[in-house]
Amino acid sequence: MTQVKMTVNGKAASGDVEGRTLLSSFLREQLNLTGTHVGCDTSQCGACVVHVNGEAVKACTMLAAEAQGAEVTTIEAMANADGSLSVIQQAFQDHHGLQCGFCTPGMVMSAAALLKENPKPTEREVRVYLEGNICRCTGYHNIVKAIMAASGQDVSRIAAE
Amino acid sequence: MPKDGGIGASSKRREDVRFLTGTGNYTEDININGQAHVFFLRSDVAHGTITSIDTSTAADMPGVVQIFTGADFEAVGGVPCGWQVTDKHGDPMQEPRHPVLAHGKVRHVGEPIAAVVAETLAQARDAAEAIEVDIAELPAVVNMRDALKDGAPKVHDDLTGNLCYDWGFVEENKEAVDQAFRDAAHVTKLELINNRLVANPMEPRVAVGDYARGTGDHTLYTTSQNPHVIRLLMGAFVLGIPEHKLRVVAPDVGGGFGTKIFHYQEEAFVTFAAKACNRAVKWTSSRSEAFMSDAHGRDHVSTIELALDKDNNFTALRTDTYANMGAYLSTFAPSVPTWLHGTLMAGNYKTPLIYVNVKAVFTNTVPVDAYRGAGRPEATYQLERVVDKAARELGVDPIALRRQNFITEFPYATPVAVEYDTGDYVATMDKLEEIGDFGGFEARRAESAKNGKLRGLGVNCYIEACGIAPSNLVGQLGARAGLFESATVRVNATGGLVVMTGSHSHGQGHETSFAQVVAEMIGIDESMIEIVHGDTANTPMGMGTYGSRSIAVGGSAMVRATEKIINKAKKIASHLLEASESDIELKDGAFSVAGTDKSVAWGDVTLAAYVPHNYPLEDIEPGLEETAFYDPSNFTYPSGAYSCEVEVDPETGKVSIERFCAADDFGNIINPMIVTGQVHGGLAQGIGQALLENCVYDDNGQLLSASYMDYAMPRADDLPFYDVDHSCQTPCTHNPLGVKGCGEAGAIGSPPAVVNAVVDALQRGGKDVTHIDMPLTPSRVWAAMQ
Repeated sequence: MTQVKMTVNGKAASGDVEGRTLLSSFLREQLNLTGTHVGCDTSQCGACVVHVNGEAVKACTMLAAEAQGAEVTTIEAMANADGSLSVIQQAFQDHHGLQCGFCTPGMVMSAAALLKENPKPTEREVRVYLEGNICRCTGYHNIVKAIMAASGQDVSRIAAE
Repeated sequence: MPKDGGIGASSKRREDVRFLTGTGNYTEDININGQAHVFFLRSDVAHGTITSIDTSTAADMPGVVQIFTGADFEAVGGVPCGWQVTDKHGDPMQEPRHPVLAHGKVRHVGEPIAAVVAETLAQARDAAEAIEVDIAELPAVVNMRDALKDGAPKVHDDLTGNLCYDWGFVEENKEAVDQAFRDAAHVTKLELINNRLVANPMEPRVAVGDYARGTGDHTLYTTSQNPHVIRLLMGAFVLGIPEHKLRVVAPDVGGGFGTKIFHYQEEAFVTFAAKACNRAVKWTSSRSEAFMSDAHGRDHVSTIELALDKDNNFTALRTDTYANMGAYLSTFAPSVPTWLHGTLMAGNYKTPLIYVNVKAVFTNTVPVDAYRGAGRPEATYQLERVVDKAARELGVDPIALRRQNFITEFPYATPVAVEYDTGDYVATMDKLEEIGDFGGFEARRAESAKNGKLRGLGVNCYIEACGIAPSNLVGQLGARAGLFESATVRVNATGGLVVMTGSHSHGQGHETSFAQVVAEMIGIDESMIEIVHGDTANTPMGMGTYGSRSIAVGGSAMVRATEKIINKAKKIASHLLEASESDIELKDGAFSVAGTDKSVAWGDVTLAAYVPHNYPLEDIEPGLEETAFYDPSNFTYPSGAYSCEVEVDPETGKVSIERFCAADDFGNIINPMIVTGQVHGGLAQGIGQALLENCVYDDNGQLLSASYMDYAMPRADDLPFYDVDHSCQTPCTHNPLGVKGCGEAGAIGSPPAVVNAVVDALQRGGKDVTHIDMPLTPSRVWAAMQ
């Protein structure tokens, strides 16, 4: 067992982990941050995306021990300080960018990372960026639309409600 | 003007807030104090005899609580099948026993052999590696035609062979159909494969069993689309637990698409083990495990023939299908290629004579069962491909040939036993031509050609049977369950109300759309209504969500229960207003006396029901709570027309979807935003089937596509924005909301549009290609062009 210490969602967090403990397991099982989901075992689906030192990372692909001293942000910290939905979260609700909700935390975290590095992405740029996030419910139409809307672009010409 | 609430409004989904903030409650998020974890040791061979299992070393490993093998489950039942198909000779299908843990033989890769319960999942996994299993490997059968040959290895030694059933429908029509083919002016024949798929909801399956020693109560938390069905099947047929001692909870569920309908061994195991170990036991599927333990979908091999007269009228249709059942019969597997497939072969056309033959076959593969659409995509794909091929052979416009043969008068009784109540196939095709801008296709094709690409346009229609189903009818067809739905409406003293529905929401947004219906009926704000689902302890017996049935059947039950509430509330209001009950009107959440200004608010009536001081106690009971069970009198028949435009790269064979249009008729619509989203998701799955997805076994029964590295899931950059329209609405005539259901249409209607488009592109490009089997990968398309 190794003790790890990191900052998670702005608060100090620590715990004893095995060498093989994944960051996703540490967040879910020791910190009870169950918003980070695990949908595969090959780093493909992206349901587990969190931010580590400001970068989007698949938490199932990083050992908890590797996050020693890091600043970690999860979906639980993405709302505004008053608890209202952030611009990205609100856009997902407004444009029906989620159905079962399982991939959604990873989608929101990836969307936030995308808009940080590319504040006005094109449709193609959004689609390519989301290559590492799989959604089985929405067909991506409304996810792409929500992210473009969250970037302040006019999406009214994109078809459907 | 779009409405801002009630029926027809695109109300934003209330469930989104918890999903967007990471506060959903999925089964994997449920942990019970003192729980242990189970890891299943699964077979890595497709077929073999278990000669020995030695668990002694594993049992001494750190953290191990108990190890179970098939011998521990000899005294309990097998996992049951919920539908018995009768073959063309009148005999019942062959039905093998399906043990919780393999006993004697293993019959597919992934079949659980032993289960290790340990303090942690890692310890359970470590110990499972130390179990020594000797399996004498036997030849596997994977290909269905091979499985039916004389001398083929038998999946089940106690059955006569690998044929589950040989079904003929309608058997009495067979000779007339054959005669129509002999008399035909033209016959088009097509052999095709409906590729095996894996449903892949993003949430892998999870099951947590708990047992209260003090009361003898069992609880199962599980990723299910239908908790009551699991309670009944597992309690009555596997473990012998009466329903009043068994609670099944399906909380937030991360997608289902059919594969979470079925009762699985892992659910029975954790429930059994929780009592045996006297502590909660949790199982979490990995994705790799899901590929070899979740029921798969499709996997049909078909030959279809269409007969036409000299005027291009369809005169007869004949199909011959091999349907893979896998190694065991999953819960509803036998019904999928038969009653959910053969009955839809008329499609949108007035073909007078139809004969469907289906041979269901056991193979050494994972069981196959319903996946989004379940039988209807297979029917639609066959029919719409053969119609398209016929048009091309005859040199007529594929749309014109379809229009010529459309059913135009309703109700319409098909020659395959169902009666369509409403539809307007001309209207949806007209709408499709409008939104698809077919007039601009040639210009777009010329533009593609300038870029060295072959552009094609594919069109098809679909019909589906949803709102499953009239219980007395499906009982005659072999269902071992009723297919009603239920709702309890509980009005609280202060006027808010709770709807407890037997339907289950795992992405469909029922918490929002169901509330819209009740809000509209009473005239109160949606925020006053809570929708409760997914827990057998606080919902009436319901059959769950699949077959696009929730709003048509569950919604109808909710309407009936709400009508009872309103009727009783009017009685109370008439007492409070000292007026005749027949004069009471309910509007905008207030009861008034017709023609007067006397009224009483909804909240005053509900309060009176629970504080019955001034109340007609001699006539009616206090309280305001009603339950309704709704059993539909027919299926519903959503229909539509879809188009796809593709570009094919002649150098590589890569297909890209340039445009996809859907014109659907779902009858009345509760929430257009949600309906559109359901179509989007179905389209992505159908396009995924057509272009990317394929579940592949090798000849030895090894599963080659067992992870997202090998099974190509559609990603955002594989798909376009879709044009979806559902303004053509012919309301269902037999349910109170006039709704038809929308959950599966996209997956049913889209595969033939894609394949028709690719064939069109290649033929316009001068290639002599009439068919390519799905998925249309670059290598397959390239090979077809050579």
